[in-house]
Amino acid sequence: MARKLSFRTAINEALAQEMERDSRVIIMGEDVSGGTGAPGESDAWGGPLGVTKGLSKRFPNQVFDTPISESGFIGAAIGAAASGLRPVAELMFVDFMGVCFDQIFNQAAKFRYMFGGKATTPVVIRCMIGGGFRAAAQHSQILYNVFTHIPGLKCAVPSSPYEAKGLLIQAIRDDDPVMFFEHKMLYDIEEDVPEEAYAIPFGEANVLRDGKDVTIVALGRMVMLANQAADTLAREGISCEVIDPRTTSPLDTDTILESVENTGRLVVVDEAHPRCSMATDIAALVAQEAFDALEAPVQMVTAPHTPVPFSPALEDLYLPNADKIVAAVHKIRQKAAA
Amino acid sequence: MNANIKPIVMPKWGLAMAEGMLTKWHVEEGADIRPGVEICDIETSKIANAMESTVAGKILRRVASEGSTLPVGALMAVVGEGASAAEVDAFIEKFDEEFAAAASKAATEGPESGKVSVAGKQINYVKAGQAEGTPIIFVHGFAGDLNSWMFNQPVLAQDHTTYAVDLPGHGASDKSVNEGTIQEFAGALAGFMDSLGIERAHLVGQSLGGAIVLQLAAEKPAMAASLILISSAGLGPEINMDYIEGFISATGRKDLKPQLEKLFADPSLVSRDMINDVLKYKRLDGVNGVLRQTAKSVFGGGKQSADLRAKLESIKVPIQVIFGAKDQIIPAEHAKGLPSKVTAHIVPTAGHMPHMEAAGEVNRLIAGIVAA
Repeated sequence: MARKLSFRTAINEALAQEMERDSRVIIMGEDVSGGTGAPGESDAWGGPLGVTKGLSKRFPNQVFDTPISESGFIGAAIGAAASGLRPVAELMFVDFMGVCFDQIFNQAAKFRYMFGGKATTPVVIRCMIGGGFRAAAQHSQILYNVFTHIPGLKCAVPSSPYEAKGLLIQAIRDDDPVMFFEHKMLYDIEEDVPEEAYAIPFGEANVLRDGKDVTIVALGRMVMLANQAADTLAREGISCEVIDPRTTSPLDTDTILESVENTGRLVVVDEAHPRCSMATDIAALVAQEAFDALEAPVQMVTAPHTPVPFSPALEDLYLPNADKIVAAVHKIRQKAAA
Repeated sequence: MNANIKPIVMPKWGLAMAEGMLTKWHVEEGADIRPGVEICDIETSKIANAMESTVAGKILRRVASEGSTLPVGALMAVVGEGASAAEVDAFIEKFDEEFAAAASKAATEGPESGKVSVAGKQINYVKAGQAEGTPIIFVHGFAGDLNSWMFNQPVLAQDHTTYAVDLPGHGASDKSVNEGTIQEFAGALAGFMDSLGIERAHLVGQSLGGAIVLQLAAEKPAMAASLILISSAGLGPEINMDYIEGFISATGRKDLKPQLEKLFADPSLVSRDMINDVLKYKRLDGVNGVLRQTAKSVFGGGKQSADLRAKLESIKVPIQVIFGAKDQIIPAEHAKGLPSKVTAHIVPTAGHMPHMEAAGEVNRLIAGIVAA
């Protein structure tokens, strides 16, 4: 039976159900419980934004606070995965990838390949992404595109509570290392989520609405904005197909290409910087595979090629929003008419 | 206010429906209509269907235009006899004034869903209608759920108390079965009726649900007031195993869509939302085990394991069998050669889901049996 859950609670429930099902599933990270080794309340934090709150009390042998050393505990999680556990490590902000990147891209991502398929690394690394939180340039980046570039890593970018629970359960059950990107502005968004555990397979895009005029591909928090834009455009009589790829690696290229073959126009919405991003990746895919179907050049709605500003006024200006998506759709339609 | 004026409103097809789009009018202003006449086509995010009139009279005004999206319960047209234009205007104005208040009231007084515990398992159901008398219970088929009665339950609830149940392992009921046999499901249905204090009901079952209500009526004759068996299992050995296997093994939209299309005479009825709803169900932990176990028990060896035709003779209550002529899952020939006490009806334009594809026709047959 479905009931309304927030994105935050949906993730918490996925972790709880998987720890309940399989005692090899463990959680590790900075303050995932909070207060370990210190006087005062245990389970004080449940992660910096309370996502894992309550889990250390229910699963005291499966939830571990770690020292503030990403290179240490991310490496430990990967080693534990290679030796039989199924850890879910929380990197906190994706922006901290720099200090533990070797463990991820040069170790975890390579084990299965370099050991001839004899090793698996069923680790999940959860991290927060995205702007709008007034958290400045070092705590607001997207960066999933960096991980998508690395063969051997799977990358999930949930866009809603239903998606978050199902994709995280799939991530935990997957035998490969999975990067799991949670947009911090989604944590309080609510929708119907089934009580039962369920897994959404990787590499299958979700088509949120069918449309015939323009295809909009969006990721993470941008999916919600793309849907808002499509509502506005529908009132103008413009019909948009909205596609959420769900995972950037593997990427469901078929669904994107089939849609563009029907609509002839593509707008990609990506909160990352505009170069070497999922936006450029998907634009290139369509240019290469569906060029003859295109009736106008692909439009990208992205952040600019600058760090995320700390000034709230500038940050609001910096981020993609529904108005910018509507404007891009108008532009792509004008070009077709010309 | 002229009492002869009646509203035609946006129907509610299923609990989740909040709004619908009027895609095409089939009647002009001034046309005479009667119950059963198709008035217009309505499209929801899940399905498109023709809406039939439940009233008689002249279309005095078409209030909603083609292409407009309206909330459930909103005024689409005004029907009546001998009313002046001013009276129609006044009716529309008053209706719209009261609509907002009525809409919020409907949200609390509409169909109610609930759960009962049967043999330690939660059974989900939706109750609609308040009428006195023997209630109607709707039982869906293999891998379906109570939402498949979206075109039937609201209509029959106008004159009857109705229940639609989710079988064990299905819909919002607990996702487990023991052996997944017809007897087990019939036992769960009896347990459901017992726990709600329903001694006797008109039992409407589709596909596997048909076999289940037939089994129940044979085991506990006092519980069945009549049987309406739609595209029913249990009336012959043949079953499309390609569908059963294809449905169970489908993991994504691309595998599932061609399977769901086999259910309908008109495959375009399979919308993206319908596919997504089925995928959401199939992806729940436990569901694939339920489906495999049930298929093994009910359709093991590539045919229907239970032939319940012999039981038809012993059942004393009225029995109506309905098949769609274009059924690709269970052949419509199963409606033939049944005992003479059974009334059989073939819907020429429907597949395995005549209660959806020809809802008005099926609703009239159900209402006829229930009234008899």
